[in-house]
Formats: sequence, C-alpha cells, structure tokens
Amino acid sequence: MIPGSFDYVVAHSVPEAVALLEQHGDEAKILAGGHSLIPLLRFRFASPSVLVDINRIADLEYLREASGTLRIGALTREATLDTSPLITTRYPILRDTSIMVADPVVRNWATVGGNIAHADPANDHPATMLALDASVVATGPSGERVIPIEEFFTDSAFETTLKPNELLTEIRVPSPSERSGGAYFKLERKVGDYAIAGVAAYIALDGKGLVTYAGIGLTNVGPHPIKAHDAGNSLLGKPLDDTAIHQAADLAAAAAQPNSDDRGPAEYKRGMVRTLCVRALRKALERATGGK
Amino acid sequence: MATEVQTHGLGEAYKRKEDARFIRGRGNYVDDIQLPGMLYGDIVRSPYAHALIKNIDISKALQVPGVLAVITGKDLDAAGLAWMPTLSADTEAVLALDRVHFQMQEVAFVVATSRYAAADGVAAVEVDYEPLKVVVDPKKALDADAPLLRPDKKDKQPTNQIYHWETGDRAGTDAAFAEAEANGIVVKQDMYIPRIHPAPIETCGCVVDYNTATTKLTVWMTSQAPHAHRTLFAIVAGLPEHRIRVISPDIGGGFGNKVPIYPGYVCAVVASLTTGKPVKWIEDRSENLSSTGFGRDYHIQAEIAADKNGKVNALRVHTLADHGAFDAAAQPTKFPAGLFHICTGSYDFKHAFVDVDAVHTNKPPGGIAYRCSFRVTEASYLIERIMDTLAHDLGKDPADIRLQNFIQPQEFPYRSALDWTYDSGDYEKALRLAMKNVNYDELRREQAEKRAKGELMGIGISSFTEIVGAGPGKHFDIAGLQMFDSCEVRIHPTGKGLARIGVQTQGQGHETTFAQIIAAELGMSPDDIDVEHGDTDTAPYGLGTYASRSTPVAGAATAMAARKVRDKAKKIAAYLLEVGEEDLEWEPGRFYVKGSPTKGKTIQELAFAAYTNCPPYLEPGLEAVNYYDPPNLTYPFGSYICIVDIDRGTGAVNIRRFMAVDDCGTIINPMVVEGQIHGGLTQGLAPAMYEEIFYDEEGNIHGGNFQDYLIPTSMETPAWELDRTVTPSPHHPIGAKGVGESPTVGAPQAIVNAVVDALAHVGVRHIDIPITPWKVWNILKEKGLAAD
Amino acid sequence: MSKQHIRVTINGTVYEDDIEPRTLLVHWIRDGLRLTGTHIGCDTTSCGACTVIVDGKATKSCTMLAVQADGREVMTVEGLEQGGKLHPIQEGFHEMHALQCGYCTPGMMLTSIAFLGRNPHPSEQEIRVAISGNLCRCTGYVNIVKAVQYAAEKMASSEQVPVGAGQGGE
Repeated sequence: MIPGSFDYVVAHSVPEAVALLEQHGDEAKILAGGHSLIPLLRFRFASPSVLVDINRIADLEYLREASGTLRIGALTREATLDTSPLITTRYPILRDTSIMVADPVVRNWATVGGNIAHADPANDHPATMLALDASVVATGPSGERVIPIEEFFTDSAFETTLKPNELLTEIRVPSPSERSGGAYFKLERKVGDYAIAGVAAYIALDGKGLVTYAGIGLTNVGPHPIKAHDAGNSLLGKPLDDTAIHQAADLAAAAAQPNSDDRGPAEYKRGMVRTLCVRALRKALERATGGK
Repeated sequence: MATEVQTHGLGEAYKRKEDARFIRGRGNYVDDIQLPGMLYGDIVRSPYAHALIKNIDISKALQVPGVLAVITGKDLDAAGLAWMPTLSADTEAVLALDRVHFQMQEVAFVVATSRYAAADGVAAVEVDYEPLKVVVDPKKALDADAPLLRPDKKDKQPTNQIYHWETGDRAGTDAAFAEAEANGIVVKQDMYIPRIHPAPIETCGCVVDYNTATTKLTVWMTSQAPHAHRTLFAIVAGLPEHRIRVISPDIGGGFGNKVPIYPGYVCAVVASLTTGKPVKWIEDRSENLSSTGFGRDYHIQAEIAADKNGKVNALRVHTLADHGAFDAAAQPTKFPAGLFHICTGSYDFKHAFVDVDAVHTNKPPGGIAYRCSFRVTEASYLIERIMDTLAHDLGKDPADIRLQNFIQPQEFPYRSALDWTYDSGDYEKALRLAMKNVNYDELRREQAEKRAKGELMGIGISSFTEIVGAGPGKHFDIAGLQMFDSCEVRIHPTGKGLARIGVQTQGQGHETTFAQIIAAELGMSPDDIDVEHGDTDTAPYGLGTYASRSTPVAGAATAMAARKVRDKAKKIAAYLLEVGEEDLEWEPGRFYVKGSPTKGKTIQELAFAAYTNCPPYLEPGLEAVNYYDPPNLTYPFGSYICIVDIDRGTGAVNIRRFMAVDDCGTIINPMVVEGQIHGGLTQGLAPAMYEEIFYDEEGNIHGGNFQDYLIPTSMETPAWELDRTVTPSPHHPIGAKGVGESPTVGAPQAIVNAVVDALAHVGVRHIDIPITPWKVWNILKEKGLAAD
Repeated sequence: MSKQHIRVTINGTVYEDDIEPRTLLVHWIRDGLRLTGTHIGCDTTSCGACTVIVDGKATKSCTMLAVQADGREVMTVEGLEQGGKLHPIQEGFHEMHALQCGYCTPGMMLTSIAFLGRNPHPSEQEIRVAISGNLCRCTGYVNIVKAVQYAAEKMASSEQVPVGAGQGGE
C-alpha cells in the first residue's frame, strides 16, 4: 500500500529526461501517467532509486496528422484519444482501444506511450499498433531512431528494445488509405480489468474489394503482444468474405499462446481470439466500406 | 407555545438527515481521526497458508526510523492474549505463536510514529517459516492423511471436523423420500456457493486511546455492534467494562464485515495500553479481503421429494461447511449454521431434514457475512434452485411449480417443517405482481420464438422468504448476550427530542428512519428528533446492526419507547386539562378532550410542562427507555424475475431486465427502502456472476485485491426495477419487518435460474456460481450451440 | 531520500509543504492537510474513493504522488460548497438519495463534476460509463445516475456555476 523510498526529479525537456536516464541507468524509472508504475511501487514490486517525472514536458503531448502519418506524442493521455474528433473519424480503431484501457478516471492520466513502453502483454495498445504496423520513436543521447513496432517488443513480458538511456517519445501510425478500416475488440470480466483476450484487426482493400493489407494483433494471450502473421497473410488477395474471415480467425486462434488463469481457461481464451477476430474483421470491413 | 408543526408519518420519502455531513466530506470515519501523539500500527502477515514459525527477527525493523516496537505472539502470550475466543466457541490466534494457519495471517504488529514508518517496519521484519502440507479442499480435510490443522485443541477436537449439526425429522423425511422414489419424483442437485467477501468500501480499523491518568480506554472502531464489542473487550482483556468506551463513528459500509473482532483491534489495544499513547490501525484492502470475515463457502447437496404433479412433500439437505482455520462465524450461539434451516423457503413441505458438517481448512476465518441474514442466502439459494430443477425435470413452468406449492396466506402464522413460525406472508400476490410487471406470458412466447431461431433467452424466478430480526432472547444470543435491542427517547423542554438506539448504521439511514418512527408516534417532525448511536457511554445497550435486525428489534424498541413518552404526556395532559385520561383523544401531535376538540395540549406544550408544571404525583421530565425482546423473528419476502440473453460467441450473459417485488411489511421510508434494495440486488448480482475468493493447492488466495475480486461497477449493474406489496408483521409494534438483506438473499438464484432456463432445452440443470462467460461457453460448445 | 518542497493550490488555497517524494497525494491531503473528505478504499487504483480533480481532470489521488501535484490546482469535496451554497451535484446526491454510507460519495461527486464539465447533457449510458471507475457497495448506482442527471439539468439551466466546478477537459 505504501511505497518504499525513492528520489524524485522533474524533467522539463526530452534532452533533460534522457540525460537523467543516462546518469541513473537501471536505477531510474520514467514516471509518465504513473498508473502502472505507482501501483507497482505501492506493493514494493519495483524499487527504483529515482523517478524521472516527464509530465511537465508539454511538447510530448500532441496528435498530428501530416504526410501520411499520424504522430502521437508519447505523453498523449488515453482520454484524449477517447474524445478526439480526428481519432474518432479517421482512426476509430485507436479509440476502440483507448476506451478499453482501465477506467475513465485512470485514462485522464494514463499515456499511450506508457501503455506501449511498459510492454505488459495485458496492455491494449500493443495489439492495435501491431495490427496497424505502427512504429515508435526512441530518443537517446545520440538522437532519435525509429523502431518498427514488431521490433519493439521482445519475447518476454515487460521488455522492449528501448535502451536504458532512451525515452519513447512518439508513436507513428500510417494514415488510412481510402478503403481501409480496423477495429479492436476486448473481452473483459468487468470494466477496468485487463483483457481475457483482445483482438485488433486492420485491413485495406483495393478497388475490387480484395485485401491488400491485413494486420491482426492479440492482447493478453501470450507472454508478449502477438502479431498473428499467418492470420493476416491468409487474407491477402482475397475478398473479405465470411470464409476468409473464419479462416483468418482460426489462424489467429492458433497463433495465441494463452495460459489458464483467473481470466479463463486457455481453451476459452483461444476460442475468444477466434470469436473476437471474426467480429473485429467484420467491423473493419464495415468501416472500410463506409460504415462507422 | 403551540406552533404549526410539520409532521411526517410512516411511509414518507423523507430526505436523509445524515446526508448533510457526507455530501460535504465531513463524515467522521475511523481513519479521519487524528489525536495528539498518535502512533500507527501495521501488521506483518504470513505468505504461507500453513507453516511453522521457526524464528521472527525484528532487529532490522527496530532500526527503521520511526519504529518504536514490534509486538509478536510471544509478547501477547505473556499477557494471555495470543489467542482470543471467537463468537462460535472456538479460539483464534491474535498473533501466530508457533505456526500460521492461513495465508495473510497476522504474525507481528509494528508500532511506529507514522503510517509510512510502520509500513517500512513491516517490510523489515524477517520471519523464517517451515512450510507444512496445506488443506484447501474441505472434502479432504477429514482424510486419514490430512494434517491436523488445530493441534491447539486436539484434546477437544481430534480431527479437522468442528461440528456436526442437524435438525428436522430424519425418519419422516427418509420415509417421504422412499415413497417418492416409488410413486413420485425425487430431484437431487449438488450446489457449491463459493467464498465471497463483503468488501465495504471502507476497510476495518480502529483508533485506540488509553488514558493513563483516568485509566479509561476509548476505542473508535469500525464496529457494527459497539456494545457487544465493549463487553467482549472487557472479558477478553480483563479490563473493567465501565472504563471502556467503544465508539462507532461513521462507518463506510459493513455488510457483516465489521461484526467480528480482528487481531488488529486487539494489537492496537495492547499497543495503546503499553505505550499510553493513541494507536491507529487501518488495514489495506488486500488485508481486508485476505484475512477478515468472509461469507458462504457451502457445499450443498439438496433433494426434493414430490408427487408426480409437482406437489412437494419433503426436503433433505446435507452441507459441508468450510470455516477456514478458526471457527469465527458470527451467528447466534445456539445456531452454528445460522438460520440455514429456513431452507424450506416459501413452500409447504411436510417433512424436512438438514445436516451440516463443518471443517477447518487453511483459509481465513469467518463464514457468516455479506448481507446473509445468518446463512439465509445459502438457504434461499438452494431451495429456489432446486424448485427450478424440479420444474425442469417435470417439464413444468417454474412459476407454476411455485404457485402450486406456496404457503397460502390463510396458513399464517405458519409453522415450518423445520420449526420456524413465519409471521405473515402472501407469496402468490408478490409473484403474480412480478409476473404482471414483466408480462411473463409474453416473455415465454418470446423465448419460444427465439429458441426456434437459435437465440438463447432465459427467465429466472426467485420467490424467497427471509427470516430476520434476531431475536427472542430465549433462543438468540451473541456470545451469551441476548439479542434484544433498545431505544431511549428524551424530549427537551422546548419540544425537541434526542433519541439513542442500540443498533449501528453503516449507511442504512437510521438517523432518519428512526426519527421517523418517533415522529410518527408523537406527531412531531423528524427534524425535531435527532437520533444518535454508536457511543457505548451514552447509547443504551444493544446488539448492533447486521442480519437486517435494526428495524425489527430496535425499531420496535423505538416505537415502544415513544409510546411510553406519549403515555406520560397523556398523564400530564389529563392533569393540565383537568380531565381523566379516559376522556382524552389523540391526534398526531396533540391530546384533546373528547367532544371539545379545541381543548387540547400539543406534545410540545406537554414537554414544556414536564419540566415546569409537572403533576406532583409524577416524576418530572419526559423520557423513556425500552429494551425490546422480540416475540418472534420477522419474515420479509419477495419475488424476483430476471431476464437474460446469452451471447453465443462469448458465453457472456446480459441481464436484460430485473424486476424485484419486495414485501418488508410496513415501510418507514420508501426512498430508503428502495436504496437498500438497489444495493442489495447489486450484492446479489455480484456473487452470481463476478465475485469469488478461492485458493490454489498451496493455499494462495485468488481474489485478494480489487483487481481480481470483481466488485460490479455501474456498467455491470442493471437498472433495477422495483415494486412492492405490503404485508405487515402482526407481532411488530409498527408492522415492519426489515429489508436490507432481502435482495441479496433473493437475487442470485433469480439470475442463475434465468441462465439455466436459457439452456434448459438442451438439458442443462445447474451451473455453479459465479456464472462466468467461460462456464457458459463450455456448455455452448458441448451442446453445439456456440456461434460467432 | 531527500524531501521535496511543493506548492499546491487546493480549493483555492495555496498549501506549501516539505514531503518525502513517495508520499501519495491522498495521504498528503488527508493526513498532512487534514482534508479528510477524500477517502481510501483500496490499494489497486480500482475503487475511486480517492478521486479528486487535478487541473480539471478527475484523478485517483492514491495513484499520484503529492510531488506531482506541485504547482497544480486541486479540487476536493471540501471545495464544492461555496458561500454556504451547495454545488448542484451535492444537491443532486441528497435529493436523489444517491448516498448511503457516504464513503464513496466524495469521489463519485468529483468524477461526476469533471465529467459534466466535458459532457453537460449526458445520456444515462454515458453517465454509467463516466462513473465506471468509482465503486459503490451501498446504492447499486441507480440513484447516483439520477443524481448526476439532476446536477446536469441544474447546471444547464443555471447561469451561475460555482467557482471551480465543471472545469473539466483534458
């Protein structure tokens, strides 16, 4: 309930934050929304020596669409995605995801960057970013590097390819092409819980209605966020009819590596990956062809 | 003196007087109390479910800045306090001595100058454990190779069995079952009701202040029963009872969680006595869920014997009760299984037999809590579930099977086969009203249509009978204290009143509803009567608030005390008006002379006279006290109908509609009653579909925090629909029965019945709670009903 | 570990203190400043009894360090009544019987105020979503929804909205 002791410093700029990470290494933790970190501290599951508070870095919080890319500042709050007209109209899959993160009060502070960088396989944005083929920007002492999202997560939970002296500063999502759409469906035991299973699906169609892009990401059914490659690939070049959808859903279920736990037996979770994938693909198709 | 007084009778939706401080954030909860020099206590707890304690090293903890002391079991043992008696004639450890019996059991108590230092101290205590074999399955607790969990009482109890209890007519019941096997129908169903936890939003805690100069011990405590706790402190700690003052300030929800005495309280008392300083102990939520009094954990085997038409004849119930490591269940001492034998419910059974075997396991103590009315939740669940199973097996509508078997209105007072005398009821009326409100026949038609299309819709009924208002002193006592209750009313010279009662609100609105009772009796405004409770120095002795007993018992005492006041006022009126008492009539607020209505005295005038112009043959003043020993319990009842739709892709159950018809007799404040029902229904939904505490093979708790213990939010909770019938209690002074727990007693089985009903056509007879999506989905898969 | 100096405006009053960085905002408010209307109900950020408003955002104060509130503006339940006049949400909770034990009530009200600031004309479902991070054990939420509806109507029809109220937004 009560954390152990630590030092605390406010970073007022990205270079300052990076310098502090460089200085303290493993002993420092970034404090963004804090709604994953502070609970860990309260149970003394983590005991960093110093917290680097980045909440005052105003220019880390933005949503900008330009040149075919949506750039999300890492400090963007989930609540911003909940209500942004840009997101609702052009990137509804991101809103599908943000509204499922924890609860509305937590979302006032929880950040998109934190949700991704914390790399909890139970977090919701990783699956969506995998489906979108997004990338993240890591800023270190020698500047920025862009990491494709598939290279960002590793095989282990809570681990990314960010270096200890790097800060995740931006998430980049390709802007939607004309006939594209996606959806995120999350099954939870109750509002505020992590997913029993979650599926993000994003597809693009050509003029004939054949699939030119398909990305499917899975939440909380493995030790890390999962991209269901076979499932997505199975849709390429085909019309997105029920047969194709079911085949992809079967492959997505096969790609899941769920454990049995208090959120359900493994077989159930696998079954839900299948069901949610069907629903997400149908919704993605609806959105790709003019629906909301 | 006579002024125009606004009176409110019973049945008024009077807005609550206690709201004023709560909406301003000026409630006074235990953790709000801060005294000069106050110290803080925090508890070291065992990570193991069953282990020997080899060593406790407190040296590092004592080095932590701010830590003053670390109390261990050995320290308490020296004062004879390492063990304390429970409310169920067992003993429980305050701080573990040689071994721990459940995960999160209390092992040491750190005393420090700040909350944060105390937590640091806890983190610095090092305990060496030697793990022992764990017993979590109560069915295995009596195996030959099961470890004896309570060697401390092995002479008295050589196995893990705590007791065997039975009631009813075994021979007659067995004979009835034999007859039904031959010529009728026998329906059997096993049901498990898992462990759940009341989890009020405010956890348990206390501030203990021992004044070394006056030797008075003041304990602010999250207590649903302050007087009983005071007496128990006196007995257990050997302190003079007149020098103990227990104060329940504002309590943030109880639901039975705040009835037991917890080790934290005792340790805080010891710490304050030792240091001479105030000591505060407030538990975390994880501690609350993992160590304080749970509810349920009943493994039930139920059977009904009926004729081929569905007329029930006999009920037979066997239960295995998991009480955890210590039997600390809080129920009247003569009823180790509480009021479980109300399980014949609303139906006319000629024969019944119930037996309960209770065992120890490596889990926290408790059993009777969570709005259960002393195991009535378990009783009502089993009967409503098995009546539905009977309907299912006979191919009858569940409403018809109930209507066919209800106790009829003219049979009241009704003596059940298990020896309860139900005061009043009209079960058919409540069920028919519920059915009418939901358009039951139309729903059955809709269900048939949907079924033909492969859609799964279910309708579930629960027609429960409650039993509350414990109780007549001859049979009902808590730790020997008879379960009467009390009210003291005093009217001041200028016509305003102060009342004190022996029960203890935790949100039930007593400051308003009890003022309304007095207001109705005296024809005053509830604004002019303030109601206090919770301070054992001033409130008359009572047994507290739980098991929906406040209105039936203390409410009766309140009406009776108010009537005594009115009777005295009448004498004063006779004196002032110079007539005989027999010449006086009463209208709310006033006595007047028969035939001369303008000749009268208001209650305010009479109050003034009591102090200024009192008849020489009467004592001055205007006050009265009543200690009420109820002649019987009261029997609220109701019928609930739940309609569900099942998602064939996920197994998720959506409650489309829930109609609750309740009958709690005379209603004091309908707004308060409705609020109680909304809350109680939500605490019925919770165990049906969400909440569960269980243990893995090593005795690790699952559901020990609010991430995993799934309290329903506004999103899971339906928009409850309410209606009522009113069947007063014939023996209660104002005919009121109590209502707080009825919805939690009645609701879960309505939901389960609905889900089973949705799947009955493919042969499903029962699903154990909580009904999770995966349980339903497994059934769908098995029956070929799973879809997208 | 060294203490930090903070300066926080709470209900319009500036408070300064030197505190350990690990001090949770809720503990500083309750134990340090003796503003005990904000409550603690859990240890997993689940219950919302500790909800206050920080810079216009509903915030679970058990999951924010007091040092994070440095330089910010905080509203707690104690700041709702202005000049003896109750905030519409307080009125609504009383009129609609939306509280029983009162323990979740301050958090519930603060969440509602921040919500109504962003969404002044909510549907019932939107209200239920908005309060889904605040647990209540007593009321079953039915009357809480009615209380928020009451406040929404009152605030919409009133020209004067109390200082600090409804200052929602991200």
